[in-house]
Amino acid sequence: MKRRRFPPILPILTLLAMLGPVAAGLWGTVMPAFGHLPAAGITGPSLDPFRDLFDWAGLPRAMFLSISTGLLATGISLAIVMLVTAGWSGTKPFRALERLLSPLLSVPHAAAAFGLAFLIAPSGWVSRLLSPAFTGWDRPPDLLIVQDTWGLTMTAGLIVKEVPFLLLITLAALGQADAQRSVAISQALGYGRVTGWLKTVFPRVYAQIRPPIYVVLAYSMSVVDVAVILGPNTPPPLSVQIVKWMSDPDLAMRLEAAAGALLQLGLVIGALAFWRFGEYVVGRLGARWIASGARGKFDGVAAVGALTAGAICALSVLFGLVVLAIWSFAGFWGFPDALPDAFTWRNWLRFGPGTLDALGETALIAITVALVALILTIGCLEAEYRFGLSFSQRAVWLLYLPLLIPQTAFLPGLQTLMLSLGADVGRLPVMLAHLVFVLPYVFLSLADPFRAWDTRMGTIATALRASPDGVLWRVRLPMLLRPILTALAVGLAVSVGQYLATLLIGGGRVATLTTEAVALASGGDRRAIGVYGLMQSGAALVPFALALLIPAVVWRNRKGLRHG
Amino acid sequence: MDKGLALRNVTISKGGVPLLSVNHEIAPGEVLTVMGPSGVGKSTLLAFITGTLAPEFAASGEVWLDGHNITHAAPHQRRVGILFQDDLLFPHLSVGANLAFGLQPGGNAAARTTKIEKALDEVGLNGFSDRDPATLSGGQKARVALMRMLLSEPCGLLLDEPFSRLDAALRAQVREMVFDRAKARQLPVLMVTHDADDAQAAGGEIITLGD
Repeated sequence: MKRRRFPPILPILTLLAMLGPVAAGLWGTVMPAFGHLPAAGITGPSLDPFRDLFDWAGLPRAMFLSISTGLLATGISLAIVMLVTAGWSGTKPFRALERLLSPLLSVPHAAAAFGLAFLIAPSGWVSRLLSPAFTGWDRPPDLLIVQDTWGLTMTAGLIVKEVPFLLLITLAALGQADAQRSVAISQALGYGRVTGWLKTVFPRVYAQIRPPIYVVLAYSMSVVDVAVILGPNTPPPLSVQIVKWMSDPDLAMRLEAAAGALLQLGLVIGALAFWRFGEYVVGRLGARWIASGARGKFDGVAAVGALTAGAICALSVLFGLVVLAIWSFAGFWGFPDALPDAFTWRNWLRFGPGTLDALGETALIAITVALVALILTIGCLEAEYRFGLSFSQRAVWLLYLPLLIPQTAFLPGLQTLMLSLGADVGRLPVMLAHLVFVLPYVFLSLADPFRAWDTRMGTIATALRASPDGVLWRVRLPMLLRPILTALAVGLAVSVGQYLATLLIGGGRVATLTTEAVALASGGDRRAIGVYGLMQSGAALVPFALALLIPAVVWRNRKGLRHG
Repeated sequence: MDKGLALRNVTISKGGVPLLSVNHEIAPGEVLTVMGPSGVGKSTLLAFITGTLAPEFAASGEVWLDGHNITHAAPHQRRVGILFQDDLLFPHLSVGANLAFGLQPGGNAAARTTKIEKALDEVGLNGFSDRDPATLSGGQKARVALMRMLLSEPCGLLLDEPFSRLDAALRAQVREMVFDRAKARQLPVLMVTHDADDAQAAGGEIITLGD
């Protein structure tokens, strides 16, 4: 029999690492939600936490914000990405947009949100550039743009980050959808480019990108860091309020937080069900649209509109980073000057040492977590190859499960549970919590290239008497250096961007660049935010640059690996 | 017969449907050619012999090589060499390192380098040791792949449509080289192909599957 030197225990460990904390966290939420928290001297069961929750005057608004943000952000980003792909895939503008968006994907949500705020706030860069020549403003106008009551800016902040994500996911799915020939055929039958794509390619692509779309929906409904920076305050979205209750010194408030967390979970499940129903309706309407034979009248408008929207997303993130950089070096910068009076190192000298401490903590956590995730992922994929296991479509949903359960539903419970068990909060639990979110992304990033490797290379190496481990270490992993480093960079970026997991599971004692940056949101010190936001983006972006650079250097004399 | 490759009542099926049955012995230095249209399971037979049969197939029967029953041996301990239609040189290794991968362990570094140089010499590629395999021509790659396989000192040789990617002029040349080397080392050879010329050139027995 085959020797099992490579233990198939790794797939089981992986599942445990991904789903264990989620299950434990949900358990830790349910108990206090029904009034049982012995650590605070409260024993249940009772419905008091829910009664308190429903007595909170801000609840309807908070629920509404969660739902509207989620559905709008998901719907609008999906529409932009689908129409851009339909109208432009394979063209020069599309490649330009794609190249612009790919690096932006790794910019942490918090940094992108700060950047957007610095652009569109009444005293933001856009207003400064237009004033006073076009607007006549010599003082920032009294408009509530950032943190507006309807959460529209928060929704916009999510859209600019979700568009790059969905676009890259869509690009990966396009390869298997035979898109080019389908569009060519439809065009030969007289269909416009967009209409032809929507009628022939969209159904196939959508079926493939459905799990990540659900992830975007669940995430947008329960996001905390973007909501703290761009969302309304009175009342805030439900997820932010849950975190506020959690950080209340009165332990009893955790019961209300737990009840809110369960409500949040219910909202997300409800929204997913609603979305699923929407898919059905769109499917029926689409079938009728196809049967009607309409060739498409508004293709040109739709394509141009979507490309403009996509470009605005890309430019918002890009110029957001630019304005963060300017603020980090800004001396006095009065309104409505387009640029500061002077550039100075003073801000960096002042906040630099603090960011370095946070960078060290961030790097330690991110590198550990990403490496563990990478090892588990390679272990799973290699076990799949050696033992002929295969993931069914249903098992793929397991990967998405930790991303579909809202963070605010299980992280508070996990913290409460650790508290009840007397477990210490701190760095190690934070790492385990990060792993829940990092693992799926690392796995999804590496799985396709790993499986696409020509297994005849393995047969040849085996015939040359290399053992299974020899084939893995000497042939497969070196050949896959680039996708492996990319997956590692994805893992690092995901860990760097984690806010809620670090805040709650770290008990406020683990200070990463992200928690420090978000903590600055209420203070409004733009120079400090500029420094922290830039450092945070750098921590996420540099690994991607290295993932491109290292293979190019290591394999500079190996033409066969240049595009592999 | 002790030496050689023997397929004893080998039957391969997929989902209960039998694909092929072979009962044959190949003497050292002899070539057995298996022909048949694509999809008949020719490559599956080779996968069974190398121990890399995909799990959806079921196989019965035994494979004996030089007097050893290797049916259940670990794939990397079977000492069966194989060449595919693609050269499958490892793209991350230089030509010399590819050969070193094949060369059996043992001997000091200098002795190993000498062996590799000699192998390159044998196929007219001296001085190619440091080259990137991706910069070689098709015929050069085929020669490196052959020598890499021979350096691993296999006891039998499998050829999976090995010449179908080469153009006509090169094809005859590479084919002759492979069969010459195999004969010189007294290796039993099992070749699957759908090309009648290859079968003719092999000069051995021909069996046709799928009739």
